[in-house]
Amino acid sequence: MSVDEKTVRRIATLARIGLSEAEVPALAKELNAIIGFVEQLSEVDTTGVQPFTSPVENKMRRREDVVSDGGYAQDVLANAPEKDDEYFAVPKVVD
Amino acid sequence: MSKLTDLNLAQARDGLASKAFSATELTQAHIERVEASDKLNAYVLKTPEKAMDMAKASDAKLADGTAGPLEGLPIGVKDLFCTQGIRTTASSKILGEFIPPYESTVTQNLWNDGAVLLGKLNNDEFAMGSSNETSCFGPVNNPYQGANGENLVPGGSSGGSSAAVAARLGVAATATDTGGSIRQPAAFTGTVGLKPTYGRCSRWGVVAFASSLDQAGPITQTVRDAAIMLGSMASFDSRDTTSVERDVPNYEAALTGDIKGLRVGIPKEYRVDTMPSEIEALWQQGIDWLRDAGAEIVDVSLPHTKYALPAYYIIAPAEASSNLARYDGVRYGARQAGVDIDDMYANTRAAGFGDEVKRRVMVGTYALSAGYYDAYYVKALQVRRLIAQDFNQAYEKCDVLLTPTTPSAAFAVGKEVEDPLEMYLNDVFTVTVNLAGLPGLSVPAGLDGNGLPLGLQLIGRAFGEEQLLRVGEVLETAAGFTTRPKEWWSA
Repeated sequence: MSVDEKTVRRIATLARIGLSEAEVPALAKELNAIIGFVEQLSEVDTTGVQPFTSPVENKMRRREDVVSDGGYAQDVLANAPEKDDEYFAVPKVVD
Repeated sequence: MSKLTDLNLAQARDGLASKAFSATELTQAHIERVEASDKLNAYVLKTPEKAMDMAKASDAKLADGTAGPLEGLPIGVKDLFCTQGIRTTASSKILGEFIPPYESTVTQNLWNDGAVLLGKLNNDEFAMGSSNETSCFGPVNNPYQGANGENLVPGGSSGGSSAAVAARLGVAATATDTGGSIRQPAAFTGTVGLKPTYGRCSRWGVVAFASSLDQAGPITQTVRDAAIMLGSMASFDSRDTTSVERDVPNYEAALTGDIKGLRVGIPKEYRVDTMPSEIEALWQQGIDWLRDAGAEIVDVSLPHTKYALPAYYIIAPAEASSNLARYDGVRYGARQAGVDIDDMYANTRAAGFGDEVKRRVMVGTYALSAGYYDAYYVKALQVRRLIAQDFNQAYEKCDVLLTPTTPSAAFAVGKEVEDPLEMYLNDVFTVTVNLAGLPGLSVPAGLDGNGLPLGLQLIGRAFGEEQLLRVGEVLETAAGFTTRPKEWWSA
């Protein structure tokens, strides 16, 4: 499977990474090299093998249903590029 | 007495306990050495005032008998660990001047035990790299130089940590390892690197790269120092859902020097065609050392080894593309303006991420996208299980595995940066360990023809750190690695 320039633009949009047209051909070449490298996985017979998602077989731990954290909005907002009162501020999203 | 900065962690600890010197003297000596190390570019942020405050507090505790296990010991912290009130960047432009309002569990454990913060250490951007050249702060130079005085990489992603320990810019350093990022830099700098079992050290407050692979650990001068550091770094933490509820043993007490009857497995698949003869010879030497110490050598097979790197280069980018979605210019970091919110996201991420990070986020996004998820991502997870099963089968015949840490010694700055695939091959011997979630230890074992350090890797069973460190110390003693780099950087 090869990654064409159209696919590179589509992935960049999905990943929310702005690309200039000039960057697309080189990136297509690099992604093709990487995807070509990982293609060798198709040689492995994985019939019936369960996917491995974590080295730790922990059950999700439960905790008491109580408020145990919070109440420091200004700490949470301290690094915000833009804020307004107790809110993060972003460009307008609804008209 | 030798210089205070010549001491390893255990020696410095014992010197403080016997009042041969104070924590402020020890810290001051390290601060001065760090100040004169800018040519290495190991530290991206120095915290000398904080260090002196912490050292004074340690002296008070040493005086009144309430000292912790690491009391007064000055260390460097990889800039991937969030430190409260102290800038943390993951060596990425996108985090800007991020100042965490909280402390990572691992570093909090270290401060609770008395350690002193000298500063934050350089690394590959978001820990993505094997040479510390993807950092937004520029490359770190290995304290060891090439035969013609050329600058070499210190390995990566924990290149600031490995360079700092090799150059004695701290008695130890924290690091993280997702595919080899503790062990490969340790091998390149003649230091000891320990990647603990997945779940041993909390990931809480550590900037995430690939969450099912990331694990914190120490880089130190000696195996004993690694045992001491791990004892403080490891803990159960309810804030990390993959933290394992298990007591932290006394790792230092495990260093008995006795490995009689221990079965050491030699995986035949690690004998790759491209391996330089001096690494092959060092591996054989390691086998002989352990046999002479009373171990039994067993040939084993890890048949899916060849597929570890391809599986890793699906799984790690897939997890990274998800983890790095949070860098959107809304809650923290450097925002770039846009005509609307989508444009703001795209501009922020275009300007904030470096080339290698963009590549990996794009590969991960591709592997997780509709139509490719099963063919790439699920397939890689299935192969990951086969790799983990290989280890389980090998451990029916042996207790630990011995391999080289890397397929080469440190290479020149700039040499591999142009070819991502060439760079990825650095992790060929280390990445299997992350996929299986096992502990791995790199021990400096010899020099190549140019006088550059080479490491041997020991791989243990899950939560087998005591045995791993015990064998590591035997290997270290047999190798007797005492080489130090020439101090060109302070001239």
